[in-house]
Amino acid sequence: MNKDIWTGAGSLIRLFLRKDRLILPVWVIVLALLPLGYGSSIAELYPSEEMRARFVGTIASNPAMAAFYGPVFGSSVGALAAWRSSLNLIFVALASALTVIRHTRTDEEAGRRELLGATAVGHHAGLTAALIVVFSADLAVGLLMAAGLIGTGLPAAGSLALGLSMAAAGWVFAAAAGVAAQLSEGAGTARSMTVTALGLVFALRAVGDVGESGGMGWLTWLSPIGWMQRVRPYADERWWPFALALGAVAVLTATAYRLSARRDIGAGIVPPRPGPAAAGPGFRSPLALAWRLQRGALYGWSAGFAALGLALGGVAKSAADGLAESPQLIDILEKLGGSSGLADTYFAATMNILALAVSAYAIQAVLRLRTEETEGRAEPLLATSVGRLRWAAGHLLFALAGPAAALAAGGLAAGLAYGLSAGDVGRELPRVLAGALVQLPAVYVPAGIALLLFGLLPRLAALSWAMLAAFLLLGQLGALLGLPDWALDLSPFTHIPRLPGGDVSFPPLLWMLLLSAALAAAGLSGWRRRDLRP
Amino acid sequence: MPAIELNKLTKYYGKHLALNQVDLRVEQGEVYGFIGPNGAGKSTTIRILLGLLRKDGGQARVLGGDPWRDAVTLHRRLAYVPGDVSLWPNLSGGEVIDLLGRLRGGMNPKRRAEYLERFALDPTKKCRTYSKGNRQKVALVAAFASDAELFILDEPTSGLDPLMEAVFQQCVREVKAEGKTVLLSSHILAEVEALCDRVSIIRQGRIVETGTFAELRHLTRTSISVETALPVAGLSELPGVHDPVVEDGGTRARFAVDAGELVRVVRFLAPFGVRSLVSAPPTLEELFMRHYGEGIEAGGERR
Repeated sequence: MNKDIWTGAGSLIRLFLRKDRLILPVWVIVLALLPLGYGSSIAELYPSEEMRARFVGTIASNPAMAAFYGPVFGSSVGALAAWRSSLNLIFVALASALTVIRHTRTDEEAGRRELLGATAVGHHAGLTAALIVVFSADLAVGLLMAAGLIGTGLPAAGSLALGLSMAAAGWVFAAAAGVAAQLSEGAGTARSMTVTALGLVFALRAVGDVGESGGMGWLTWLSPIGWMQRVRPYADERWWPFALALGAVAVLTATAYRLSARRDIGAGIVPPRPGPAAAGPGFRSPLALAWRLQRGALYGWSAGFAALGLALGGVAKSAADGLAESPQLIDILEKLGGSSGLADTYFAATMNILALAVSAYAIQAVLRLRTEETEGRAEPLLATSVGRLRWAAGHLLFALAGPAAALAAGGLAAGLAYGLSAGDVGRELPRVLAGALVQLPAVYVPAGIALLLFGLLPRLAALSWAMLAAFLLLGQLGALLGLPDWALDLSPFTHIPRLPGGDVSFPPLLWMLLLSAALAAAGLSGWRRRDLRP
Repeated sequence: MPAIELNKLTKYYGKHLALNQVDLRVEQGEVYGFIGPNGAGKSTTIRILLGLLRKDGGQARVLGGDPWRDAVTLHRRLAYVPGDVSLWPNLSGGEVIDLLGRLRGGMNPKRRAEYLERFALDPTKKCRTYSKGNRQKVALVAAFASDAELFILDEPTSGLDPLMEAVFQQCVREVKAEGKTVLLSSHILAEVEALCDRVSIIRQGRIVETGTFAELRHLTRTSISVETALPVAGLSELPGVHDPVVEDGGTRARFAVDAGELVRVVRFLAPFGVRSLVSAPPTLEELFMRHYGEGIEAGGERR
């Protein structure tokens, strides 16, 4: 290969790091620290070896647990933390893949790659720089996590194994995203291809782990996520699965480079399909356009939450039974929520986590306004007889209704699955659904802040993501770190009544709705007054 | 009532003075040229006319209304083609044309089909596959197929090939014949000269020249480079000839000539046995270098 095709990768790495100077450190640190929190909370909830062994027993006897988190390989605090962290593999993989696509296909679609391609930058420089940045970020996640775990007193070998398994999962999906970015002309298509692949890999592992006794265990070995769990951190670590992961990284990276060499800049390998020559009769409003642009996200989030709801609802009964074995835990849970049933507490907690996740969707739907503005697509619309507010309203409807639809899908599925296993759908379904929907006021607060930034400080609109990360950290780790109450109260998710089971207290819900409305009104009024700033 | 009237329009970007007391008056039914180099303030002026930017000083009227306050009602009566057209990658060109037309308040389906044909645009292609020129055509078809009374075109031909540029010029002449008003911003003098009744030249946020082309005759000199069999004598005495440079003992000459004097100069040259003659319209950059090169410092002014 000609050496010139790599030229300029160094400058591109600096460019990508500069562009990502906020978001990259955020995801590296958050993903590296989450397992630390799991470790300390497990040590606190199950202080004795005996309690942990009993907990492992309930996990092992529950197929839904195996489906969701995978198998548990030991009863030490470390092994349980590693088991509980298994979803983190998915998060690291997702963050890695999306970052690679953002710096390859998204840039190319926007024509920025063409501009760079004409300078002294080689054909493969963009792909190379994106992969180097993400591989390094993954390694940073792994090493930071390992150092942190060792710092909390866990064995060094297991900590290193857990950290590196996270990094390797990130590498595999970064390389896979490198391939997807070559295949399609649209960044959106490349993203959905990668997310679908990730979902498939998760499903293979889940089915393989559940069906292990039935001879389905080999399916796990088709899944890179499965390989990384088979490293067995803190339970007689096995290092050879890393060879599988590195092999996959090598094959995928080589494929990405071969595809990249064969195609033109801007083109994909998969040819685009032609569209209709004329618009349908209903395609005549900003709302209709917003529907075309945002419906994919709505379907994806609703379907994803329905699947997640089924899994969460399915494990609820055995999770509650498992929790009942730990008297100390019951005490803690009673103190926290004052709830009657353990399953209720479980749903209140999981729905709170779903609400945090769906806030990302709400922020994304709001910030679509900013994307349309910076990409210059707002300008031709606002030059027609569409007012500023009408234009914004189309997208904002999705920020309002989208999270509601996703939470409703999650709540319905969870209520149905739990109702079926508990034998009382008529009672449980509305209770769990209410637990999901009561979260909405908290979801609207970050969306309102994103809209405020868009209207008043549009160049800083991306800070919305840092705010969400702060809420996530406050919720997940704040109490464990012993932060004062006023700090915990900064997060809107702290103020949600604990449903099902708890008392509904309307004032905080009302206050959050009023706050969101005020934030939105201030943002929209700023947007009406300000210049368009591409 | 003029279609567009700007009076001492001023705009700052932070501390940078982007528009400095811009005056502009476009009468109904005329094609008005708005020319200047990149970054001179053409697009800023147009965005204020469209209510996309706020003015910091002066007055602006479009079709008798306030471009910021009355944006929605005014936009029903005007069509806009941006210089850099960005479209939604997963929509087809035909969908975008229909959407923009409908949001403006309706379009004529016959004209839509006609303009698609004339601009040779395939409306079934997804916007992500369009070249810059084709994206520009989408915006042009959407604009010309509308029933707007005012067309605001911001460097609309920057991605078009010469054939399509000719189609574009024909379209502008047709809407003019229907009595509609066109504001055409450009940095190509020949295009503006071919279409416009009057022009304003903007440079560094300031209008430096306004008038008909006859009034701006001194701006429209043609550069001539000629090679003759016999040495040319007496060239510099001819009226309308500027900056002559004679080489090779008089058989090679370069000079600029006022547009109205071109016939006389060609007749004068013929007896010397013309071997080759190259004429070029002046580029805008040359004009600026010649007329405004001194006295206007580079870079914007500071508040």
